[in-house]
Amino acid sequence: MTATAEIENPVEKYLRMDRIPHIWCPGCGIGTTVNCFVRAIERGKVDLEKLAIVSGIGCSGRVAGYLNFDSFHTTHGRAIPFATGLKLANPELKVVVYSGEGDLIAIGGNHFMHAARRNIDLTVICINNFNYAMTGGQVSPTTPVDAVGTTAPFGVCERPFNLPFLAESCGAVYVARWTTNHVRQTAKAMAEAMNKKGFSFVEVLSPCPTLYERRNRLGSGLDRMLWFKENTVIEHGADTRTCDIEFQKKIICGKFVDVERPSLVDQMEAKRASITGRS
Amino acid sequence: MSSKNGKFTGAHYLDGDHACAEGAIAAGCNFVAGYPITPSTEVVERLAWRFPNTGGTFIQMEDEIASSIAIQGAVWGGAKAMTVSSGPGISLMMEHIGLAAMAEVPCVFVNVQRGGPSTGLPTLPAQADMMQARWGSHGDYEIIALAPNSPQECFDYIIRAFNLSEKYRVPVMFMMDESIGHMTEKVVIPAQDKVEVTPRRFTSLPPGDYLPFRPGDDMVPEMTKAGEGHRIHISGLTHDEKGYPVMNADCQDRLVRRLVDKIRKNVDDISFFEEDKVDGADVVVVSYGITSRVTTRAVRDARNKGIKVGHLRLGVVWPFPEGHIRALASRIGAFVVPEINLGQIVYEVERCAGGQCKTVSVSHAGGTVHDPTVIYDSIMEAAK
Repeated sequence: MTATAEIENPVEKYLRMDRIPHIWCPGCGIGTTVNCFVRAIERGKVDLEKLAIVSGIGCSGRVAGYLNFDSFHTTHGRAIPFATGLKLANPELKVVVYSGEGDLIAIGGNHFMHAARRNIDLTVICINNFNYAMTGGQVSPTTPVDAVGTTAPFGVCERPFNLPFLAESCGAVYVARWTTNHVRQTAKAMAEAMNKKGFSFVEVLSPCPTLYERRNRLGSGLDRMLWFKENTVIEHGADTRTCDIEFQKKIICGKFVDVERPSLVDQMEAKRASITGRS
Repeated sequence: MSSKNGKFTGAHYLDGDHACAEGAIAAGCNFVAGYPITPSTEVVERLAWRFPNTGGTFIQMEDEIASSIAIQGAVWGGAKAMTVSSGPGISLMMEHIGLAAMAEVPCVFVNVQRGGPSTGLPTLPAQADMMQARWGSHGDYEIIALAPNSPQECFDYIIRAFNLSEKYRVPVMFMMDESIGHMTEKVVIPAQDKVEVTPRRFTSLPPGDYLPFRPGDDMVPEMTKAGEGHRIHISGLTHDEKGYPVMNADCQDRLVRRLVDKIRKNVDDISFFEEDKVDGADVVVVSYGITSRVTTRAVRDARNKGIKVGHLRLGVVWPFPEGHIRALASRIGAFVVPEINLGQIVYEVERCAGGQCKTVSVSHAGGTVHDPTVIYDSIMEAAK
């Protein structure tokens, strides 16, 4: 045995190594977020046997397939309602929805709104790379105005979603935004989110050098990381109404919301107790 | 009567929707996600009222798409689950019927059929979703579909639907219609120990040995649930026995053929039909659901005129009892197929008859049931 063979990457035990290499492109940020996530599991002392990962469809939807936990790769946009059923059937599970912005916010937008409204005990991690990458770089509901995609070759002219504001206004009790350049902050936010009762939401901005950066002439994955470094401002507790993302303008990151509100599981249990107590 | 765990027994006066809800409870269903839609809403209303006392969970989702996948999440959480809807809602659920077939998720989809297409006739009956139940989602797959014809059968058959879904790890379509859903009759609920419930086929293999898609001798893999240490991966992508995506024609062939064969090759075990004087008949009426009750009168009147007419009533419509129909076709002069649609199951009958006898469609666009004289006239015509 060679010396190198004895060295195990500390995150390997959390991954399905029999599925590596993964499908993500060089410079893609999704793998970085997965690295943050497994560190968040350690940091948050999450019970690995009770952890379930639910993804939808798309590049970020592939995360469930690489994490070595009970993991579900569902249909496009429907990770949240699947996770809702999973959590309600077994409230002991820690259920994390891990997907992209097209999946969670476009086709799955209605489910996102209602899950936040119900305050169901789920952590939603949204990898926002500003486009549909799996299908070749079409615009998404977060593509900034004037950025291009294959379905907006002359630039986007419709207003994108501001995800922290959307999450907060629908009722999320924990809302944070980071980029893949903020690996420690991202891991910390994911850990806090997983230990928060109710609906928690972490947006992670990620490079997509193969499509979004290339088509918009923003350079490589590394260039994008440097851009994130220089063009993000950390503003914990910022008013989420101010967190819009404009094309190549400063981006506000931080933990914006961390409030207490009774979660759906707790409220359902209380309701059940009040009903059966009467009978 | 109500027992300690909230389950009812004895004789009740229930409509089909409520009987379906009670049958689901008796079958062990403990998770239902739904969205209001006429004429199926009473099923979920009943469950929302009953579940707190039976230990079940009901959630009204934001739409039928959400409902049809929330139940699948619940199954992987260990629940017995169903959703309930009608035409437009069932159309929205189609992608997830495919997911349930592909990921082999035991669950039940209740369709209280109404007139279509589109919004159609929300408050009036039809049987026009029979082909959708079989073919509605994309790709090749098989499901099981049952068709009750009374509130009592809504109770009895929904238990059978849950049992079949567990036995074959397959989604089961429960094809009611508005007239049965809203028809009130006596429903006898047996004592709990008299209700036969098929338990989920949970694996006893330890983590590491269990593969969620390794078939047993009957082509059906064992189940597990999240949180048991198996670290399962479940995907709607074409997958190997481990559940891992494999994008090639060999894996596709192996998986999809098994999904189809586990149902097709067990048609004799799954099939359920009632026959009335089929032996020696010249004409056999093939019916299902509410139309079977109208047919009874037409058959009686034809017999009174001396016609040798039999009645074959399908309890399970899918998988279609091909072999049985084919054998019958060689012995009779004609099949008559009344249904509240413009011809759906009649084409299955005709295909299986294979030209050995005549096949006559008695179609109806929906909105009410057939006038029995129309079926009678078709029997008399077919007997000539």
